Amino acid sequence: MNAMQELYQEIILDHNKRPRNYRLISNPTHMAEGHNPLCGDEMSLQFIMEGDIIKDIAFQGEGCAISKASASLLTATLKGKTIAAAKAEVGTVLELLTSENEPTTDQDSIGDLAALSGVRKFPARIKCATLAWHTFTAAIEGKQETSSE
Amino acid sequence: MQFSVASIATFITLNETISHNYHTFRSVTSTTPPVQASLLAESRSVSAVPPLPPSITCAFPIEAIRAEFPILSQSIGDCPLIYLDNGATTQKPKAVLQALANYYTQDNANIHRGVHTLSQRATDHYEKARERIARYIHASHSREIIFVRGATEGINLIANTFGRTHLKAGDNIVITAMEHHANIVPWQLLAEQIGFEIRVTPCDERGVLDLEAYANLLDKRTRLVGVVHVSNSLGTVNPVASMIQQAHAVGAVFLLDAAQSIQHMTVDVQALDCDFLVFSGHKLYGPTGIGVLYGKTALLRSLPPWQGGGDMIKSVSFERTTYKDIPERFEAGTPDISGVIGLAAAIDWVDSVGRERIATYEKGLLDYATAKLAAISGIRLIGTAPDKSCVLSFLLGDVHPHDIGSFLDADGIAIRAGHHCTQPLMKRLCIPGTARATFALYNTYKEADRLAESVAKIAQFFKV
Repeated sequence: MNAMQELYQEIILDHNKRPRNYRLISNPTHMAEGHNPLCGDEMSLQFIMEGDIIKDIAFQGEGCAISKASASLLTATLKGKTIAAAKAEVGTVLELLTSENEPTTDQDSIGDLAALSGVRKFPARIKCATLAWHTFTAAIEGKQETSSE
Repeated sequence: MQFSVASIATFITLNETISHNYHTFRSVTSTTPPVQASLLAESRSVSAVPPLPPSITCAFPIEAIRAEFPILSQSIGDCPLIYLDNGATTQKPKAVLQALANYYTQDNANIHRGVHTLSQRATDHYEKARERIARYIHASHSREIIFVRGATEGINLIANTFGRTHLKAGDNIVITAMEHHANIVPWQLLAEQIGFEIRVTPCDERGVLDLEAYANLLDKRTRLVGVVHVSNSLGTVNPVASMIQQAHAVGAVFLLDAAQSIQHMTVDVQALDCDFLVFSGHKLYGPTGIGVLYGKTALLRSLPPWQGGGDMIKSVSFERTTYKDIPERFEAGTPDISGVIGLAAAIDWVDSVGRERIATYEKGLLDYATAKLAAISGIRLIGTAPDKSCVLSFLLGDVHPHDIGSFLDADGIAIRAGHHCTQPLMKRLCIPGTARATFALYNTYKEADRLAESVAKIAQFFKV
């Protein structure tokens, strides 16, 4: 498998073509806007917390296949999770995307998210993939906006 | 998973039919080795190349020219580098690299102050470069050439000197929908403080300015018109000669952003009658960090200094400081001496190839590449003005420009993806950005073929 095919795995292409939870939520409890000023990507992420469970989560925005698929995977992964489990998931993904050494993550344990593992070899594209995850963190922390620059 | 190349056969066939220029060009240049050799030999010393014999002036010594750019003969992964990001910055010929090395190995000293020999030499080179650049843009005098960091700093200088002294609340400036952020933001920063109006000349879907709207935007409170000569995102060559006349008719000063035109065509500031002109050296085969602001003598002399410091003063006391005449008034501190010398070397080199010849070659190449890309199913060319220069912006189905950029990079092809510092224009065209190939005099027809082949592969991969 060459590097491009590793970057654009079937799962990425599928989530880009048919992004999950690509809509607006009418009464979100949490939301944030993510920007990547370098390339102009913009993303709006919203979710509803009930107790400590993420009841519903959705996103909309403009971005490349990597950023869109990453956001779609985020919503699919975090929906129904507790906030603590979601935060742990964010940590795992960010390590997978940004760690300088080969990540220690057991790729079988993270399901479809493993499709993001090819991004690490494309320094120019890492910020595309991290944008949604940073935006989610910003929303939890009550920040209205975040930037992946 | 492998990219299928079946559909590329179509393009090879197309190539045979639409690219007769390419074959003509190849056959002519292949018969001219003596000229190529002499170009090579000559340009190693910074001196100009003698004009080619008339019999072969229609040919373009592409191989000899490419040999002047050492950076081009490398591979990215397994693929030869195809550098099509010249709108962002151009590569540098040996003549420029050599001029920089010569300066630092033989002449390095600060200018305008030492009595010693090296300082005199450095000053001579620096001021000769100013004269050389004045000749390049047909300025009437070298004092009209102010050295700045680039086009962006040039516009900021104009905003902070001319803008601060000539714009008042109720006045307006007129720009266009296709300006680079560099010709928008400095005016916004000033408008926040002063309260003048920024009017925007619209453009149509092709990227052609609405000249009727332009005429209507101008009025007696218009103090300045700022227009990009060649759009960096679309390639449109704007009809600036007539726009300058119209601006002058209402008493406005005209600022021409020549960042994307100066390397592709002859720009004559006196024939155009523009009041200010800016460009960056690094897009003209020169070093980064050096650029030029041209202004008419009387206009520049009427302006206050911008930055203060050494070299721009006549005398300093705590009671009263007086300033030098132009150009030094606007060049506070030690300038980018080597950059200036490198830029002059770049200009010598460009003129040794010949600007008319460059323009003819690049036009043929742009037309060829445009036809090749246009033939790909799902492609949408962005910027289809009748008069275009060296910029080929495109979209491919719903594939995002950054994905296109990464795929092309994997094939060794460097393009730019994104909004190209023209976010308002992207918004006007309702697109997130474009994939943009920008050509220079060292690009080849074969490289245009490779670009088209690679884009066709991307179309297949994403099932466009």
